Amino acid sequence: MDWMAWTWPTAIFFIVIASILVTFTILAIKFPEAPRVGILRIETTRGDRLFITLLGSAFINLAWLGVVGANQPFALVVCLVYAAAVFRWV
Amino acid sequence: MEKTVNQKAWFLILPVLILVAFSAVIPLMTVVNYSVQDTFGQNKFFWVGLEWFAEMLASDRMWDALGRQLMFSAIILAIQVPLGVFVALNMPKSGFWSSFCLVMMSLPLLIPWNVVGTIWQIFGRVDIGLLGYTLDALGISYNYTQNTFAAWATIIVMDVWHWTSLVALLAFAGLKSIPDAYYQAAKIDQASRWAIFRYIELPKMMGVLMIAILLRFMDSFMIYTEPFVVTGGGPGNATTLLSIDLVKMALGQFDLGPAAAFSIMYYLVILLISWVFYTVMTNLDNKGG
Repeated sequence: MDWMAWTWPTAIFFIVIASILVTFTILAIKFPEAPRVGILRIETTRGDRLFITLLGSAFINLAWLGVVGANQPFALVVCLVYAAAVFRWV
Repeated sequence: MEKTVNQKAWFLILPVLILVAFSAVIPLMTVVNYSVQDTFGQNKFFWVGLEWFAEMLASDRMWDALGRQLMFSAIILAIQVPLGVFVALNMPKSGFWSSFCLVMMSLPLLIPWNVVGTIWQIFGRVDIGLLGYTLDALGISYNYTQNTFAAWATIIVMDVWHWTSLVALLAFAGLKSIPDAYYQAAKIDQASRWAIFRYIELPKMMGVLMIAILLRFMDSFMIYTEPFVVTGGGPGNATTLLSIDLVKMALGQFDLGPAAAFSIMYYLVILLISWVFYTVMTNLDNKGG
């Protein structure tokens, strides 16, 4: 962990993202799926929806930090709701 | 015919993956790592959590730079895209002059960024530069080191000079791919020049035009060298665009933590806008545009 001053929180952050990517790759191989059109009127696959979720979550976290400025973990709850919405409707 | 499935082919892209890991992924991870720590040098780091992000979100400095950056990108896109299309429409379609125009227009694209900056830096000087001297002789007050408007005008004209040909070349390629039959049909229908442009040329150019807009947006949003050489971000902070501000923070003041937080937000904005462009582009393709 001393190498390039790594910290546990950042390490966990990247491990989580890496495992999500691996999970979705396995899912894509095991259960291939056809793209569908959702409320954004664009064709999305599971991977696209994951990308929209991750990018949106980053902005949700920043917005929470900038607007609310306290209780950052609650932003993750908003992200989970957002993720569910994206996977259901987009 | 059944497709051959050979998953071993994935191993062939392994070298690229390793290269990208070392040139992009690991540096990006390092930036994330720096954004949550503080350092006083000597390779000693202290955990500060999301403090730098909060500080950056509350700082006028970043929002001002972002505003200037968006304005710069919007202005150059608003000039370069119509101008590039206009140039492409009026270029000779074939023969010697067509090739001549293509070569002449590619010349600015071949010049390195810092050379372009230096050319315009000298060109605009009131004492020895042709542009600055002429404007001054005409009685127009022009000084890009003191006057905000002059500084902005210089960097915008410089970018237009440097990059409009890219849009023109792409638009020209789009125009060349339209079969003659379309124009013949338009002639039979006695379509006006505007109708030909609106219903034949523009839809056929849309694909390459979106690529041109995406490329120009990305490049202008990340621009550093040219305005830095010409104005150095001045007068005051008037032309301090995002990347110039970022370099000042990271290398000038050695504030690694805030600069890392700043870069991540910068990166997220670029990622978001590029995704929007990419989605629009692929949607156009799917519709057979």
